[in-house]
Amino acid sequence: MKSYDVLVIGGGHAGIEASVVAAKMGCKTALATMEKQGIGRLSCNPAIGGTAKGHLVREIDALGGVMGEIADATGIQFRMLNRSKGPAVWSPRSQNDRTLYNNKAVEVVENTQNLDIVDFSIIEIIQEAGVVTGVKTAEGEFISAKAVVLCSGTFLNGLMHVGVDSIKGGRFGEQPAVGITASLVAMGFESGRLKTGTPPRLRKSSIDFSSLEEQAGDEIPQPFSHRTLLENFPFQPQVSCHITYTSEEVHKILEKGFDLSPMFTGRIQGVGPRYCPSIEDKIVRFAERTSHQLFLEPEGLESDLIYLAGFSSSLPAEIQLEAMRKIKGLEEVDMVRAGYAVEYDFFPPHQVDLTLETKLVKGLYFAGQVNGTSGYEEAAAQGLIAGINAALKIKGEEELVLRRSDAYIGVLIDDLVNKTTDEPYRMFTSRAEHRLLLRQDNADIRLSHLGKRIGLIGDNEYAQVMEKQRKVEEGKRYCEQTKLPIAVINPLLEEAGSQALQTPETLSKLSKRPEITLRQLLDKVPAQESVPEYFSNQEILDKVEIDLKYEGYIKRQQDQVDKMERYEEIRIPFNIDFSSIKQLSTEARENLTKHRPRSVGQALRIAAITPSDISILLVYLKK
Amino acid sequence: MNNYEDTIIALATPAGYGAISVIRLSGKDSIYTANNYFVGKRPLYEVQSHSVHYGKLVTPNSEVIDDVLVTVFRAPNSYTGEDSVEISIHGNPLITTKVIELFMHAGIRNAEPGEFTRRAYLNGRIDLAQAEAVAELISARSDTSLRGARNQLDGLLSQKVTQLRDSLIKTSSLVELELDFAEEDIEFVDRTSLVSMINDILTELESLIASYSFGKTVREGINVALVGAPNVGKSSLLNYFLKEYRAIVSDIPGTTRDVLREELTIDGILYKLFDTAGIRDTDDVIETEGVKRSKETVINSDLVVFLNDATEQFNTQLYAELCSLTPQERIISVFNKCDKTENRLTNNIYISAKTGEGINTLFQVLREKMLGVNTYTEKTAIVTNARHHVALTKARENLTNSLTAIGNQFTGEYIATDLRAASESLAEIIGEVSSDDVLNSIFSSFCIGK
Repeated sequence: MKSYDVLVIGGGHAGIEASVVAAKMGCKTALATMEKQGIGRLSCNPAIGGTAKGHLVREIDALGGVMGEIADATGIQFRMLNRSKGPAVWSPRSQNDRTLYNNKAVEVVENTQNLDIVDFSIIEIIQEAGVVTGVKTAEGEFISAKAVVLCSGTFLNGLMHVGVDSIKGGRFGEQPAVGITASLVAMGFESGRLKTGTPPRLRKSSIDFSSLEEQAGDEIPQPFSHRTLLENFPFQPQVSCHITYTSEEVHKILEKGFDLSPMFTGRIQGVGPRYCPSIEDKIVRFAERTSHQLFLEPEGLESDLIYLAGFSSSLPAEIQLEAMRKIKGLEEVDMVRAGYAVEYDFFPPHQVDLTLETKLVKGLYFAGQVNGTSGYEEAAAQGLIAGINAALKIKGEEELVLRRSDAYIGVLIDDLVNKTTDEPYRMFTSRAEHRLLLRQDNADIRLSHLGKRIGLIGDNEYAQVMEKQRKVEEGKRYCEQTKLPIAVINPLLEEAGSQALQTPETLSKLSKRPEITLRQLLDKVPAQESVPEYFSNQEILDKVEIDLKYEGYIKRQQDQVDKMERYEEIRIPFNIDFSSIKQLSTEARENLTKHRPRSVGQALRIAAITPSDISILLVYLKK
Repeated sequence: MNNYEDTIIALATPAGYGAISVIRLSGKDSIYTANNYFVGKRPLYEVQSHSVHYGKLVTPNSEVIDDVLVTVFRAPNSYTGEDSVEISIHGNPLITTKVIELFMHAGIRNAEPGEFTRRAYLNGRIDLAQAEAVAELISARSDTSLRGARNQLDGLLSQKVTQLRDSLIKTSSLVELELDFAEEDIEFVDRTSLVSMINDILTELESLIASYSFGKTVREGINVALVGAPNVGKSSLLNYFLKEYRAIVSDIPGTTRDVLREELTIDGILYKLFDTAGIRDTDDVIETEGVKRSKETVINSDLVVFLNDATEQFNTQLYAELCSLTPQERIISVFNKCDKTENRLTNNIYISAKTGEGINTLFQVLREKMLGVNTYTEKTAIVTNARHHVALTKARENLTNSLTAIGNQFTGEYIATDLRAASESLAEIIGEVSSDDVLNSIFSSFCIGK
């Protein structure tokens, strides 16, 4: 009988992080996938990161995950989104070569010690007395495991729709996973149905790019991973995307197919995401718009495929093609594969704890789309946390739970567990109430100590992060102590249209003026030799400047975090019977029983919980 | 858990008149905050636990509220087990309200029902056989306070605040849109329109905040001190009210001899009339006590009706005394017995307690002095609750900050932080806003998605 510490089901972005991290933490780990070459396949966009998602990748990297490295190695375009906004919402994004990404992911998994790739199809999860014991394969073999991490993406009873045709499968050309849902429902899990979609793939050589707007990457590309060395970066040749638009003519043609749309005829029951609507959805919901923007994203350096972002559809293939040929640049287009929608099973995520272990079956973890999320990065973040906690539990060590004030990953999981979502969950920066503190540039400073604690970040790497942090603090002190004389600073202030000074002022006070940068101020310091050398490091200069300029805001957010902290620290025992606390309102009893919060802070975020309920809860906890 | 939670305040003795009332603060900031408004020999944070200190309670505008005795208790040896302060003030609801509002504006929270007891229990200060007793207490008290909150005035207010919050969500969503969906092909809000949207919300907030003095008046009535030398006709005036308006003379414990109170409602406004004994200093021991109470009443009343005899000279000496106790604009000089003389000075109010002449004019003047000429109809949202007033004031501050941020060319995420804070301030009145509300607003108004 085969036996593992950790068995991960599914080789997508969640499965990769979960299996690699568990193996690195010393657990004998297996990654079960129907097809080895399917590991790290990008099912949808050939792109990683983006608004808020880029933050997630940076955090995964800071904790010792691999998504950032794989994306850096295979990126064919890098852009920092939101550059014109403040630093808290800058978000890295890359276009990736689909084949290279896939190959690199397989390589990373293969090169991880303690990690076996096993290619069997799993049809059942086995538990005994509320504790997972292993899985059963389609061949009837039992494989024992101390922990099972389910990362099956869109494959659980996956059903793909194109027009009136439905094909069973989790991804184009791949079989669905049947049996797992049924075995979990039999254990008492509640399951639901969600939907997502993907646009058509086009033949690059059939497109006339000459008439289209080009979108190139950043001139100085920045990697996701702070382990990626800048010397040879980027590692791949860089390419551009192109932009085109639909027209009323295009919309008219698409409307012809509405009678055959699985969405509008009700054949798709799953709920799709509003932030990623199909083109038919956009036409119906925003009828006043005569045009929608589309991106032509390259699938790879060698690939002859183009991904038509913004044109996700489940209309009949011939309608998709007819409409596309009315789009500028696509007049002669050759459609290699039509867009399609996919429906799949998920398990409403109030059934998992903040460690992503299920509340019902110990040792069983859910990560990724099975928890009702969408997106590679959201999946990878959960895979990482599930894998870490599976390994920590087996090793008998303290679990790892990120708080909302620690990371976007913390916000993501806390939202999943405490809120009831009825559409696939995607990360946005507006979901993070402590957004000003959770920047992509300080992910390593925020999280490296945790990566170190669990053994994924080495001592040297950690020391480097701490050294950077020390310089930032020292830099702030220098700016608070160094004053500029009037004669030196007033000409600069006048030039910048800022009010002149009567008395000397510190660099830190002056840097709060919107018209002036810290660099300009440092250049005016009379004793240039006193200006610390580390200010020539752009990263440190930026961090000091952010901290000084927005000090008031940062302090206020920190105060809020501190205020909430005390509630986060008051633990609620797992075995508490909320329904027996008769002083709680009925709704509070129901919702607390459903979500099973582990701290009073978490209870506060659950719907319909009032301050009185919290007071009553506190009294019972004391008892 | 000692000194773990935020700081709360409540009246610890029964509401109403009495020799003294005690206001209790509990929580980690209680001693420092109390000290901020206390003028005494030594700062309260330096004194020993369980010690009592005499001094004055003074507002940030240097207005003396009352002479007080402050007792400082340090954790864990207090009722709640936290740092606590008990302030003994003169037993007068006017003073109580002022003191509690002062501390609420300093960031101290009104205690939830049963909260002092809960804290005491959690800190092991009271030994209850079963936690259930405390839980029952909290549950019962919050029911009562909820029922109390469901009156019509609060209903109108929450409607209004909900509207304001919806505008805020809309405004926030426009800012969030450019942060989370920068890559989308949509038009973002320009700063000028953003400023005007915020200003619109601010204007509405201002009018709500301004309604508080009216709301408070509606809830608590206008306190009017009646002052005049003997024989100017105070008694006959009060008798007139009793007869014509069926005024209720209340029996104020311990004060019946010194201050008499009548309550009457005219045009929907409650007037509480305090008949003072006299404010001239005297050597008579019993009278001294009466004078002290009368002065206290004058100081704490909203308005003072200074009654003169129209057939005699204006009592300049008494007027001067009054002016030393309360701002001149609060004093309304009234001439009684106008039926006996034709003499009229313009801008003065002439009445006759005998014929009722001029009485309507008098109440009209009182009303306008207190509430201004604005009319509030039954359909107008009015703030009557100090906690709501504090919440709206905070929201105003948050929005003002957002305008400053825009003025300083701060980028969207800072403006969004202020707007979110404003929503959170309003949540004190109508419940939480979640980030989903903002995203919902975005998804329903803009075509998002590649």
